[in-house]
This record gives sequence, C-alpha cells and structure tokens, in this order.
Amino acid sequence: MSVIDIVLEPLQYDFMVRALAVTVIAAVVCALLSCWLVLVGWSLMGDAVSHAVLPGVVLAYVVGVPFALGALAFGVLAVVLIGVLRGTSRVKEDAAIGIVFTTLFALGLVLISVVPSQTDLSHILFGNILGVSSQDVWQVGLLAAVALAVLLLKSRDLTLFAFDSTHAHAMGLNPKRLGWLLLGLLAVVCVVALQVVGVILVVALLIIPGATAYLLTDSFTRMLWIAPLMSAVSSVVGIYLSYWFDASSGGLVVVVQGVVFTLVYLFAPRQGLVAKMRERSAARA
Amino acid sequence: MTGRSAALEVRDLTVAYGAVTALEGCTLTLEPGKVTGLIGMNGSGKSTLFKSIMGVVEPQHGSVQVWGADARKARRSQSLAYVPQSEDVDWDFPLTVWDVVMMGRYGHMGWVRRPRHADRVAVQEALERVELTDLARRQIGRLSGGQRKRAFVARGLAQGARLMLLDEPFAGVDKRSEATIVGLLRELAADGATVLVSTHDLHALPQLADEAVLLLRRVLYQGSVEGALRPENLTRAFGIDLGGAA
Repeated sequence: MSVIDIVLEPLQYDFMVRALAVTVIAAVVCALLSCWLVLVGWSLMGDAVSHAVLPGVVLAYVVGVPFALGALAFGVLAVVLIGVLRGTSRVKEDAAIGIVFTTLFALGLVLISVVPSQTDLSHILFGNILGVSSQDVWQVGLLAAVALAVLLLKSRDLTLFAFDSTHAHAMGLNPKRLGWLLLGLLAVVCVVALQVVGVILVVALLIIPGATAYLLTDSFTRMLWIAPLMSAVSSVVGIYLSYWFDASSGGLVVVVQGVVFTLVYLFAPRQGLVAKMRERSAARA
Repeated sequence: MTGRSAALEVRDLTVAYGAVTALEGCTLTLEPGKVTGLIGMNGSGKSTLFKSIMGVVEPQHGSVQVWGADARKARRSQSLAYVPQSEDVDWDFPLTVWDVVMMGRYGHMGWVRRPRHADRVAVQEALERVELTDLARRQIGRLSGGQRKRAFVARGLAQGARLMLLDEPFAGVDKRSEATIVGLLRELAADGATVLVSTHDLHALPQLADEAVLLLRRVLYQGSVEGALRPENLTRAFGIDLGGAA
C-alpha cells in the first residue's frame, strides 16, 4: 500500500472527514491559546478549568442550552471558588486548585450517572471524534471562530498582561479584565476540544503546543505560528494512526503531541537538551 | 488645570494587607522637573507606594493625584510610566527590545493595538535616546543588566509619560550603565518630567537626585540629599537604634 492510499483511504468515509475537520479546528484554537497560558504560567489553571467544566456541560445538556454556556459558567465558578478559597483561608493556591477542580469534576461524574441520556459517559471523558455529526462540526466551528477572533484582536493586550501586568495598570488598562477574558476563552476552547480528546485530555492540547513552540523560538509572533502548525499536524497524524491501528483517537492525538514535544525538548537548536550540553562542553574546552 | 499643579500628590495614604500595615498616613508631594530618590529598608512601603500610584493596590484611606488629576485619569492619559525591578520581569519571555518598547505605546493605540507610523517613530526615538538601536531585534533576556534597564526606560520614553517611577534601577547594573541611566533621568527632569527612583544605592544618590525621601510606612523626611544622608535621619529610616546616639 502506498503513502497516498494511507492518506486517502480514510477520507472516503464522511465520519473521518468530519473527524479530521474538527480535530484541526480544535488543535489550532487550543494551540493559539496555549501560547499565552504557558507564558502566564496558567497551565495548572488550564488543567483545573478544563476538568471543572464537566458538570456545566452535563447540565447544559439537560436544560438544552449550548454546551459552551454551561462550560463557561462552571469554568468561571471554578476560578472564583479557587480565588475565594485561597483568599479566605490558609490553604495555598495549588491545594485550592486541586480541591475545587476535582470536586467539580466528580460532581460532573455523578450528574452523568443520574441523568438519562444517549450521550455515553466515556464520550465526554475521552472524546468521541469518530462520532462527530455535521451539526457538531458547525457548532465547534462557530465557537472556534469566536475564540479565534477574540484571541487575534486582543492578542497584544493579552501578551502585555502575560508579560507585565503592572505596566498594564500604569497605562490605565485593566489587567483583571484581561485575566477574565483569558479564562473565559479557556472555558469556551475546552468545549471545542472536548469532542476530540475528551475532558480529561483537553489540557494536553492547551499546554503541549505552546510549550513546544516556546522551546523553538524567541519570538512570540513566531510562537503563534509554530504552536498551531505543530498541533494541527500532530493531531492529524494521531487521527490517522488511530484509524490504521484501530486505537483510541483522543489518546493517540495527545501521544503524538507528547512525542513531538519530547523530540523538540531534546533536539531544539538552542533550547534543546543536546544543544545545551554541547554548548556547556564547548564552554569547558 | 493650573500650571502649578504638583507632578505627584499623595495624601494621607494608608494601605494594609490583612493585619500588616504597609503604609500609614503617607503624604508626599513631588514638584515637576525633579529627580527624587526614595529610600527605605525592605518592608518600608516603597513598593506599596508605587503600587498605589499605579492602581495595583487599593488604599484603605487617602488619595493619589498625578499632575493635578485623579490618578486613574492620569494613568489613562499615559502620564505615568514604570520601570520594574529585575526580579519582577520574566527575562525568558519571547519578546524583543523593540516589542517591549512598543508596549509603551499601547495606550496611544486603538482597540486592537495596531502600531501606526507615529508609534514606530516614537519607539525608534526612544531606542536612540537609550542607545539600544542596534539591539532592537534582540530578545530581552540576551541583554546585559544595564541594557535591560535602559530598554524599560525606553518603554517609558516611548509612552511619553511625564512621571516616571523606577523600582531599584541600579541593582545588578554595571557602573557605566548606571551613569547612562542617571544621565538620562537628569535629562528627563531637565525637560520638565518628574522622576521617582527607589534605591538602596546611597552612594549614587548625590549625582542622581535633586531631593530625597526617607520612607518607613510614612514619609520621615523629604528634602535635600545631604540632609537625608545625615546619620540621625538614616538611623530613623532604617530603624537601627544606635544606643543613645540619637
């Protein structure tokens, strides 16, 4: 079988075309957002919010409103609860994050178990990329377009917020508002990626691409190209692998991203481990 | 607005973090065209004073006015620039010197912060003044300690701020860069801007500052640099009991 067959054969199935479309959309939006999350130092927050949206998604399903609304509400609720817990007790931030997101995630699991629905528990938890309907494609596309537009329009403000929020204050901007904007985007983007990799693994798409790009360049603008490209390509490779080896698609998408990160971590021209070791031994000689 | 309004007027400012009082009844007025050294030990409230002026912390009591206007309004009109302490900056951040200086222009730009010709000219000029034109495309972490400081001073210049706050600008800076920065701040003051510099470096103070402020939760002394450096004043500011000497 030729390479062309390997690429083309899955495309004769509509469900594979839809799967690839949704995967690329989710991979690109998550990767863009991840550039800021990694630099602000909000990876753990990304982890927390992406898990905490679960009860919101389930309740939105029950009430019959868009998943994004439920996700947004519970994403915000999680952040508020973390802030309150940290601010009003001696519990430190990492513990506050751990308590809030696991509790909300568990609440989501309980809700799923008592709510009668056609949606399989495992689909929300682990993604259901091969079961994407054309309506899903439109929903994901719309949410992604909104997130993308906001990210690109506010990109410079978000970078300022990530780099020096004190300076943002001094210039009369409101860094708190920018922080909330970033968190709101995080919740919306979680819904976009939910179908691809599921609630549990969304955080991988929200951290790995940004971290990989960060090791490859000193320019934030270039990061905003590298991260989505790396994420889209490795996600598509992951979907193809899952087709040919009949294995978990969400799992493979993340495994391929992890492999790419590892390669970059080892062999990046300047920040890579090998380059650094060479530099060190050259300095010693 | 009257021509005689003070550059900075802090009135009876009290800021507390929980049970810890950082500033208590702090009152301070800075005249236009002067460089003022802000001296105090760690925990004396220097950073809190800066943060109150910039609106990062909300005071429990008191007010801050910049150039005769409410501080919030003054910040929106780009009257205020800030040069952070080195420890507060992520030097691995993937931004070039040009990018950082351009951030000083954001308040002058529209909603999506697209730089116009005037913004690029302002950045160019600011870089020339701090002698970093050749390093404009370099990532900020690849600069020396002094060059880093100059990049942030350039950000304030590009912003066009008339009141500049600098937090420990001489820490980890070589003597030559220190001299460049001091020269630059003197120039700014000569042009009518007002500069407030917090520093540990008492030796540099006479060349740098027109006047000095000693801070320990409130202003203990404001006046000539020589006066501030008198042992009895320093003793009070740094809380050292010289055992009957005072």
